[in-house]
Amino acid sequence: MYTWIWRHLPGGVPGKIVGTLLLLAGAVALLFFVVFPWAEPRLPFNQVTVPHETESTQKP
Amino acid sequence: MRGATILRGIGQTFITAGLVILLFVVYELYFTGLETAREQSALADEIEAVWEKGGGSYEKPEDALKKIPIGTGIAVIRIPRFGRDWAKVVVEGVNMDDLRRGPGHYPGTQLPGQVGNFVVSGHRTTYGAPFNRVDELRPGDPIVVETRDTWYTYRVTTQEIVPPTAIEVTYPVPKERDAKPTIARITVTSCHPKYSARQRIIVYGELESKAPKAAGPPPALAA
Repeated sequence: MYTWIWRHLPGGVPGKIVGTLLLLAGAVALLFFVVFPWAEPRLPFNQVTVPHETESTQKP
Repeated sequence: MRGATILRGIGQTFITAGLVILLFVVYELYFTGLETAREQSALADEIEAVWEKGGGSYEKPEDALKKIPIGTGIAVIRIPRFGRDWAKVVVEGVNMDDLRRGPGHYPGTQLPGQVGNFVVSGHRTTYGAPFNRVDELRPGDPIVVETRDTWYTYRVTTQEIVPPTAIEVTYPVPKERDAKPTIARITVTSCHPKYSARQRIIVYGELESKAPKAAGPPPALAA
């Protein structure tokens, strides 16, 4: 997959490096701002509360 | 040739998965803290402004029955054991969205200074980790809660580790379901061990003294 992307990036080697960095930044941003915030409440290791009355809306 | 391509693809998938997991760790341990720091500074400005305008007081007995909007800053908590300048705005609510912004007050439990139990939860790791060092609290350590009009000084009594289902620690008299409270308590809940949600660490304290804001910060903060 990575070889395929590298081959299809335009602009010679300098262009390919810039393209790679841009894609990388995009992927990291997607993970940090969309995927991780979504995934985190579904993972079991960040819970600090005991049962409480507002629980019905969301698990602690 | 085809086999090599497939193998390379599988290898790259694993490496990518590993990198994503590493990034997730970075996100949890550092990035979430940035978000919380921003929220806390906004909350601190907001609560100051509300107090100055004469609002944001929840100290009358009937206030406990009022529904405070989830996410409202209700008090500032200071624990000198965690550092001289350690101060966090406590928000109403303990759902994940609330705790992202700072320590949260369990709705339905008492408010600062009231007879009963002021129960607060906060992250021990991630999101600024307000209660990272909660296990270091020793009996007698002060926990100072500032409301619009009053400084409340609580003193730590005990701590314990309980299962995540231990709702009884939030009762007005912890663990005694129908007992009538006679003193004001504070209870802090966080996760235990660190980086795990297997158990909860609970720290209990009792109100030692209260003083009007005009009297200046209590002696517990001067030390």
